[in-house]
Amino acid sequence: MGETFLKIENITKTFPGVKALDNVNLEVKKGEIHVLIGENGAGKSTLIKILTGLHQPDSGKITIDGKEIKENNLRTALDNGIIPIYQELNLIQQLDVTENIFMGREIKKNKKLGIIDRKYMEERTSDILKRLNQDISPTAKIQDLGVGKQQMVEIAKALSVDVNLLILDEPTSSLGEDEVNELLKTMEKLKEQGVTMIFISHKLSEAKRIGDRVTVLRDGQYVSTNNIADVTEEDIVRDMVGRDIDEQYPKIDIDRGEEVLRVENLKRGKIVNDISFSAHRGEVLGIAGLVGAGRTELVRTIIGADKKDSGDIYINGRKVEINHPKDALEEGMVLLTEDRKTQGLFLDQTVKFNIVSSNLNKYKKNILLDLKQQAADTEKYVSNLKIKTPGIHTKAKQLSGGNQQKVVIGKWLNTSAEIFIFDEPTRGIDVGAKVEIYNIINELIGQGKSVIMVSSELPEILGVSDRILVISEGKLTAEMDVKEATQEKIMSAATVS
Amino acid sequence: MEKANNDLIKWKNIIFEKLGALFGLLFLVIVLSFISPYFLTVNNITNVLQQASINALVASGMLLAILTAGIDLSVGSVLALSISIGGLSIVNYGINPVIGILIVLAVGAAAGLTNGLLLTRLNLPHPFISTLGMMNVARGLALIITNSSPVSGLPGWVQFIGSGYIGQIPFSFILVIAVVVFFHFFLNKTTLGRHIYAVGGNPEAARLSGIDTKKVLTWVYTISGLMAAMGGIVLMGRVNAAYPNAGLSYELDAIAAVIIGGASFLGGVGTIWGTLIGAMIIAVIRNGLNLLGVAASLQTVVLGTVIIVAVYIDVLRRKKA
Repeated sequence: MGETFLKIENITKTFPGVKALDNVNLEVKKGEIHVLIGENGAGKSTLIKILTGLHQPDSGKITIDGKEIKENNLRTALDNGIIPIYQELNLIQQLDVTENIFMGREIKKNKKLGIIDRKYMEERTSDILKRLNQDISPTAKIQDLGVGKQQMVEIAKALSVDVNLLILDEPTSSLGEDEVNELLKTMEKLKEQGVTMIFISHKLSEAKRIGDRVTVLRDGQYVSTNNIADVTEEDIVRDMVGRDIDEQYPKIDIDRGEEVLRVENLKRGKIVNDISFSAHRGEVLGIAGLVGAGRTELVRTIIGADKKDSGDIYINGRKVEINHPKDALEEGMVLLTEDRKTQGLFLDQTVKFNIVSSNLNKYKKNILLDLKQQAADTEKYVSNLKIKTPGIHTKAKQLSGGNQQKVVIGKWLNTSAEIFIFDEPTRGIDVGAKVEIYNIINELIGQGKSVIMVSSELPEILGVSDRILVISEGKLTAEMDVKEATQEKIMSAATVS
Repeated sequence: MEKANNDLIKWKNIIFEKLGALFGLLFLVIVLSFISPYFLTVNNITNVLQQASINALVASGMLLAILTAGIDLSVGSVLALSISIGGLSIVNYGINPVIGILIVLAVGAAAGLTNGLLLTRLNLPHPFISTLGMMNVARGLALIITNSSPVSGLPGWVQFIGSGYIGQIPFSFILVIAVVVFFHFFLNKTTLGRHIYAVGGNPEAARLSGIDTKKVLTWVYTISGLMAAMGGIVLMGRVNAAYPNAGLSYELDAIAAVIIGGASFLGGVGTIWGTLIGAMIIAVIRNGLNLLGVAASLQTVVLGTVIIVAVYIDVLRRKKA
């Protein structure tokens, strides 16, 4: 380490209405893992897109290996060995590992006719996978692999070319604990092999564990660069949000109210295997477990998104028949799905459309809809939830992840729901926005509502919940009060089989 | 051990995913041979193969469009325009028939290229639009240049392409097999072929991998137009005429063949063998119903039902997986 590989100086980029980057600097040294951190909208993604040639900067200078880069596009960035691994995996599900790894750069037996040398490509693939210590078949279809393995294929894809700088954009956000560990180990291995990396993550613990240096961006501006060893997590958070966050988990104490939801012997195949529990007003019920343990399936079955095989659900002591999410909504129970982009939002529609979408009946005035009331309600939620948006007519896809999540929350607040089920509510969201979401959760239970929260992050489960359920392989393996819960207790219950 | 296991899975996949339609075809053949003694005669089978061949050619091109999550509605009209221009040049202008046939292919490819350019250069939102436009334009042009009347009197060897036999096998079906083998190779072993699957599977991922997706799409529609023209040559040879109303609603049969053959409307999934079998299933059903004396109007009802059932079986299978 020591020599500078990449230098970005005074980069500015403006989009209509937003200054995404304002005189930003970044210096990455050869062989280091450089953590890039910042809240949503801080400009990390834009900076990466400029580096990879997807966007062109308005002004500023990029120097790679001492040479100034005048024109940067997808092709030249690839030629310079700058390889991004985006947050949303960009693999083609229907094709196999080898084809994905060599996509766009197929090795040809016959150049003119474009005939592919399949055998050679498979051998190369297997070599690269070996280098990553991965037991993945070069002929496996992507859709048959888990998310963690798919990530490894993305990394293998990057290694199949002469990679000089590997950019990992929040690679751990959709991974379970084991997979995260494996990924971090792989990154360490790559570092030993001399690969330079930019690592974008919201998880400070990961940054501390693996990074060499950290650069913080805030609101499109450069804040600081430090050696990781010289700073604490608190220092980094302060730089990110521009103020001290007193508590990462602002927990309020509410007296637990009466039971509002009771689930008895719920079954769906093997993935929801005879589960019974109850949820109360004024409490947050955390559901912990490994990825794939059946937590998402459990909550989906409860609200009728998936069909149950058997079991009963009681709301306020009354047995209810829920066969469709609309039945659940009528009973005052809503689910914020784990994947907001595909299941929670109408991305091409406006903030207003999204917020009023689940409760259009509320706006029926004779036969028409009361558009003024819709706008007024939307404004209310935008301000209450502190949704950062240019306006209520802005399209949902233009907002950052945390703000999109708040729009989904606004959508459900705009109903008469009493039971809120949050499935991974803070996935892919930065620290500041997380705290805001926890505050919204607090407000809900303060109003005597009930919150059920599924989360893969143990500190979050411990910091936010009042009571914790642990699911392992479709079964309920532990139930504990947060006061007696520890990470170790939860993990041991989560790995019972 | 693992290798053997992988091979097993691979073959299971091939049989269930790719050849599901083959079981359907075999089932139909068995049932029909019990119902009608005439069905399994050499005469009738060659007849079926001949019936299937035009659709199989047109559907090969359609397969490419559907693999990229697109569609080509213009194939029937492009077929008519290609043979109209080719037929006129041979019959009315005395151009060498070999060149005339090349003209047919060139017109088809040019119309397809236009489809592709409309889609990728004008950024029309969906190939449904560009090819719907071409469907009307090409049909209209065919009617104009032929004065709405058929052009007949083609040389013997052109007729041979449509209705000749080599031994017991119709020449048109031999052409189909050659095309299918070529397509199999093209789709599986060449860069462009694999890029077609990539673009259909995830266009954004394909683009980020450095694939020129617009170029791929342009090729797809060009080839689709070319295949429509090739189907046209067979049709022209069979009826010994080029007529402007040729190929009416062929796009629907082609789409049906591709879908029955197991391709996904969402793109990225489908094989040329499936499409061939799809075309044969349609021909067998038509033939069987004819043998049973079912009226043409009722045949359409049956065919429509088959399409829905075929896709529904596919839905069930996917759910299980």
